[in-house]
Amino acid sequence: MVSMSGDRQRSASTSVVQEVSANKDSPSASTSTVAGTSNCNKDKKMSGTSSGPTTGHVLPNSLATVCGSNGMAPALSAVNSLTRRATSNVANPSEQGQLHNEESPNHIVYRKMEHIIERMQDDNAGVSVKNVKTFMNKIPSVFTGTDLTNWMLKNLDVTDQAEALHLAHLMSAHGYFFPVEDHILTVKNDGTLYRFQTPYFWPSNCWEPENTDYAVYLCKRTMQNKARLELADYEAENLARLQKMFSRKWEFIFMQAEAQSRVDKKRDKLERKVLDSQERAFWDVHRPVPGCVNTTEMDIKKACRMHRPIKSARHLSVAVAGGRISPSVSEVDIQCPAATIQKEIEFLRKKLARTNIKVSKVAESYISFYEQYVEYDPFVTCTEPLNPWVSDTLDFWDQDKSGKEIQLKRVRRWAFSLQELLKDPVGKEHFTKFLEKEFSSENLKFWEAAQDLKALPSSQVGARAMEIWNEFLGPEAKCPVNVDSKSHEATRLAMDKPDRWTFDRAAAHVYHLMRSDSYSRYLRSEMYKDFLSGSKKKVVSHFSFIPK
Amino acid sequence: MATEVSGENYDGLLKEMETLKGRLDEERLKLNDVALSTVSQRLEGMAQLSIKPRRVLKGHQAKVLCADWSSDKRHIVSSSQDGKIIVWDAFTTNKEHAVTMPTTWVMACAFAPSGNLVACGGLDNKVTVYPLSMEDDPINKRKTVGTHTSYMSCCLFPNSDQQILTGSGDSTCALWDVESGQLLQSFHGHSADVMSIDLAPSETGNTFVSGGCDRTALIWDMRTGQKVQAFEGHDADINSVKFYPSGEAIATGSDDATCRLFDLRADREVAVYTKESIIFGVNAVDFSVSGRILFAGYNDYTVNVWDTLKCSRITMLYGHENRVSCLKVSPDGTAICTGSWDFTLRVWA
Repeated sequence: MVSMSGDRQRSASTSVVQEVSANKDSPSASTSTVAGTSNCNKDKKMSGTSSGPTTGHVLPNSLATVCGSNGMAPALSAVNSLTRRATSNVANPSEQGQLHNEESPNHIVYRKMEHIIERMQDDNAGVSVKNVKTFMNKIPSVFTGTDLTNWMLKNLDVTDQAEALHLAHLMSAHGYFFPVEDHILTVKNDGTLYRFQTPYFWPSNCWEPENTDYAVYLCKRTMQNKARLELADYEAENLARLQKMFSRKWEFIFMQAEAQSRVDKKRDKLERKVLDSQERAFWDVHRPVPGCVNTTEMDIKKACRMHRPIKSARHLSVAVAGGRISPSVSEVDIQCPAATIQKEIEFLRKKLARTNIKVSKVAESYISFYEQYVEYDPFVTCTEPLNPWVSDTLDFWDQDKSGKEIQLKRVRRWAFSLQELLKDPVGKEHFTKFLEKEFSSENLKFWEAAQDLKALPSSQVGARAMEIWNEFLGPEAKCPVNVDSKSHEATRLAMDKPDRWTFDRAAAHVYHLMRSDSYSRYLRSEMYKDFLSGSKKKVVSHFSFIPK
Repeated sequence: MATEVSGENYDGLLKEMETLKGRLDEERLKLNDVALSTVSQRLEGMAQLSIKPRRVLKGHQAKVLCADWSSDKRHIVSSSQDGKIIVWDAFTTNKEHAVTMPTTWVMACAFAPSGNLVACGGLDNKVTVYPLSMEDDPINKRKTVGTHTSYMSCCLFPNSDQQILTGSGDSTCALWDVESGQLLQSFHGHSADVMSIDLAPSETGNTFVSGGCDRTALIWDMRTGQKVQAFEGHDADINSVKFYPSGEAIATGSDDATCRLFDLRADREVAVYTKESIIFGVNAVDFSVSGRILFAGYNDYTVNVWDTLKCSRITMLYGHENRVSCLKVSPDGTAICTGSWDFTLRVWA
């Protein structure tokens, strides 16, 4: 059983709110992940940083050499601050028992994507990665969009090219591969060149880079006099904003950028090209181009859950002002686990005792339900008049409202079940008339009264229950209903403290009677048949087929 | 209740529980005599559906988190991360009411059966109702009905304007009296956050289903507050639960990227809707009127349309530019409405 200490939980959720609103204020931060989702497994992050990028991951063919031992030096220094932050957070172990990050919905997706990437990077069966030579230029370790989509169509169970492209786009938006010359992470089915991201920069490594890291990166780019590293307009704007935000720290940021830039310069030209692009793609994931989706964001509900300590066996004791509180877990569950198991055993026993139906029977029932309702399903059968959303006319809804012409289709539906009949106001009215003729309308009235009672505000339930009792069940009832003695007795006892369910048992009995007796006679009656043929004529006279 | 239980006794209980579970598994296996997709082979395949986006509702300034149809079949209430609730005439795409909540992250909203009232809540842990009237600003008439000890993830009106059923991150569901704010019944049984609830379409409306992060879907009796049935099978959080239109089964959508069908009469899972190429989680599921089609909104920005009986995918709906956070079939089954993190809602037919 999960519970949480209420005050801690509340402070957790308010802190999320605050951080979110703080996000609103600083525009440069608004592109970052949902505040309050920094739920990394810190240990993992640290070890990931220290052991470098090459551990245990399959690297793209030629890239493996590029990202060799000294290859990631700049990236390592780039994450220095990340490491520091992680250390400081580890010092706060109070939130032990938190869910592991690996269980977060985003990580489930990362794992699946990485599985596909592994297959894509297979030496023999993967997407072929080449070095492309163009005029005066050499582009290392790339593949084309066409190659990628073809591979996906051949190797994944995607239905068509559209689906393959969509999946490719999503994997790109998550940063697993990226266009060599574009900030916008998407995939086109043409000769555009793409490159795999190094596993070090995969989102599964729990990157939550801070704005200072981003500032260092942008600052570094301005130092490297290269056309391909020139800042895009939005990046220049971000840099200006960050400079304002970190004005006091700027000297520090500048120095870090300078140091990184120096290391960069020492590297081989092709190697630099690849690394620069991978670093750029990393930031395109975490600080996407305006208008692009930030795929690292987490569902707020899941973020709340990840943030909360689980299994803290304390029940909320503080009251929240205004409004009432639903207690989360009953005291018994926490104080006495044996009682909980006892309850569970009880439940399992009941489950075993149930008589269940075989799947074959169940399947047949679905099929007959479908066959019965297929003509009422606007997604399967064309409606008459046409579906208002498609035709932009209200005829379909207006015919329901006017009630003058009742479609045969609608009247036929009344024969499906008593529930269907009562759901249709016209059907209910007609059935009531029938019952009146049979002098048994009190059953329906009682059943309806019992249903209406449930819909009342609590304050009126007691008085209304009394009225219902006096009208239908009491010794001097004006229109007495026939209820079996057991139900009657049970109801009488329940009247001591009447609530919205008091008549449920008796009403169920009456409903059963109606269904097996009056309803089946109604369906066989001339009254229903007349109505059915009446609407048939009307429909025929107004029938006009409009092709789809 | 039991007080002190010796260790031996405790182990005995655990053992008994395991034995019972084993027997249950056996029993269930016996019932699984044939696959649903085998029986449904005799049905003709679904013709290519021509479902297109028919309306785009633009106006939210942040992610749309929840939406609900009005019983009049054309109005929609939607809530978003920026704390706004908008009531739309989806047919004309006009905004009829806009309410700013005192909190952001309005995770859930619902239309009352009368169409005169909406309920909403979220990170504030509360469920608040707003009467809709043309004269007054709804904010002046708002009323907090109930408070959970964690976020309120889902809510609905069970056949009456006078009650609200809620599900919460505190792992409980609760039934509230709107007028007095009284807690009528609470439902304990989930061991993690409740994500979604749905009312049974039976004539009495006395049962409902809930699904959550304990990967379990539970069927509840509203009168007693007891769980009646439990369904397991998903490998990750259940984000959405929905009754099959006959009320005899439920569909679930999960972060494990599958949808499943559990039958109440067979007391077991009867179908899994999945494909290797679908890797993102499901946020919302709903059925067409005949139950033949299962619509599911995914985190991969698409809606997958499943053939419930043949257990195969019919088509995909592209259009949203971010996660599909909610999806509901309109009350008369003529359209589906989807809400997304791309700030828009779409009506498809």
